[in-house]
Amino acid sequence: MRFFKKTTWAPSLRRLSGLRREEKQEDIMGLTDASGDLAGEMEVDAFRRLFPLRFYERHLLESIRPDARPLGKARDTTMALGAVASADGSALVKIGHTTMLAAIKMEVMTPASESPGEGCIAIDFHMPPICSPLIRPGRPAEAAPVLSKQLTDIILSSEMVDLKELCLIPGKAAWMAYLDIYCLDADGALFDAALLSAVAAFSHLCIPAVSVNDEGRVFAISEEQIEGKSLKEPLNKGKRKLTLSCTPLALTCILHKKYILADPTAEEESIMETLATVVLDMSGRLVSFYKPGGTFLAYTSAVQDCISLTRQRVKELQEILTEAIADLELD
Amino acid sequence: MEVDRVDGRTPNQLRPLTCSCNVLNRAHGSARWSQGDTILLAAVYGPKAGTRKNGNPEKASIEVIWKPKTGQIGKEEKEYEMILERTLQSICLLTVNPNTTTSIILQVVNDDGAVSFLENYVMFKMTYLTKKVQLLPSAINAASAALLDAGIPLKHLAVAISCGLEESGSVLLDPTKLEEQKMKAFAYLVFPNSVASILPEASLQVEGELLEHGMITSVTHGVMLVDSYLHCLERGRSASAKMSDFLRRSLQSRVPNDLPKTG
Repeated sequence: MRFFKKTTWAPSLRRLSGLRREEKQEDIMGLTDASGDLAGEMEVDAFRRLFPLRFYERHLLESIRPDARPLGKARDTTMALGAVASADGSALVKIGHTTMLAAIKMEVMTPASESPGEGCIAIDFHMPPICSPLIRPGRPAEAAPVLSKQLTDIILSSEMVDLKELCLIPGKAAWMAYLDIYCLDADGALFDAALLSAVAAFSHLCIPAVSVNDEGRVFAISEEQIEGKSLKEPLNKGKRKLTLSCTPLALTCILHKKYILADPTAEEESIMETLATVVLDMSGRLVSFYKPGGTFLAYTSAVQDCISLTRQRVKELQEILTEAIADLELD
Repeated sequence: MEVDRVDGRTPNQLRPLTCSCNVLNRAHGSARWSQGDTILLAAVYGPKAGTRKNGNPEKASIEVIWKPKTGQIGKEEKEYEMILERTLQSICLLTVNPNTTTSIILQVVNDDGAVSFLENYVMFKMTYLTKKVQLLPSAINAASAALLDAGIPLKHLAVAISCGLEESGSVLLDPTKLEEQKMKAFAYLVFPNSVASILPEASLQVEGELLEHGMITSVTHGVMLVDSYLHCLERGRSASAKMSDFLRRSLQSRVPNDLPKTG
């Protein structure tokens, strides 16, 4: 049995929501008088566990969330490119506590006959048991194949990567990029973090230099061979980085009564189940509006509000991405 | 701008719909839904005792099993199951029968004709993405008709419609598989069914919009402009009103003293 800390209502709420003590005292008095239940006498943690929806609604009335974020604000986002040294491209992205590690490995393969001038991307999303106490080893998470498919659809339909750039020798050799995304900590808004990590990994991707040997087979050559005697000219000398056009970026929102909460945590997602994920690309086009059911219906005003929140978020994310790429180039 | 469609429909016209209930005699509820050549069979078993693993015992839980026409169950099927589960959870009254599980099984009988072998790259890419996605709206319609047949307590029905967006920006309702392959984007939208009420319309409104204009589910594929999406929503709403009328006509004509099959 968990022992709750003996805390009184006022200082805990101040700690949780970061407001000044005097303001909060007044608000608590107002709230407890209005609801008139045993909230005033109960400890905060207990109330949070026993009546989670009421706990959140109390905060929503003040247009704030328990972690002191305004309703439309996303959590702090950090990005580290090149987190996996052995991969051709990788990125570690953290949105609040949600952590995603994306890595790309390139392999040469024969292109399909229907599209001889193009390469291929295979995307897989994994949720190992480390990410959440709800996921047990041996039983794959229910969310993993769904997210995997969603990511594949978005990345391919947004045409962020021009598959023609992945071609080496038309009809004979092309790159297959295996993108693997691992969720290391699942604290809500998994899709947003996963998509951001995929985009960051593609930005970091450095295609390995390859050359053709006498039998016509393509093989990888290391950096020393290029700089050295260069018996074999690298096949793709100039084209080592992909040009990314219209990168898609996402924001997940929760719709609850008339409130819209951007970038939910896992706790918020489990209590208020109506989620809507909006994916916009850099030019403002809608790549996806994904709302899989949910108790609350989305009216036109809610749809437009979600889209405008996503626009702001896309601007923030673009800045973070360009900053991370610039930092990398400085190294 | 009028666009000529292959089967001669206008842009706002839906394919011929048929819905027959009570087609399986073992299932507690069943429905066979066909929209043009897309045919789906839905069966409902429930409520059964006990909730699913890690389910909330204070509410009923819904379980969806999707059986494709051919092939093994993969990520696509899991995604449909998840979308259907969440959509149907929002239309059922979950607190009426707590700690129970209702299973809905969907079997794809026909998915709109054969896919011809495509010559150019764009079509190949689109078939990868759209292999079976156009089944989703029909599946939702079939499932809600089957839930009705089983007598599961519902708030309202879910009416699903698919809207395709052409290169020119015009919206085509209920595209066939062939039409979908040529389109650059499409959206599947689910709305609640329209309300036939004697009360004046103003009293049925929520924040100035009718209850049936709220969208339950939206799944989009392909890139589109925000305005095009909003346009799709508008057309989807008017189409859902037509579909609601069809559902009302076909389901209300059932004999009222049908014996219940549970218990």
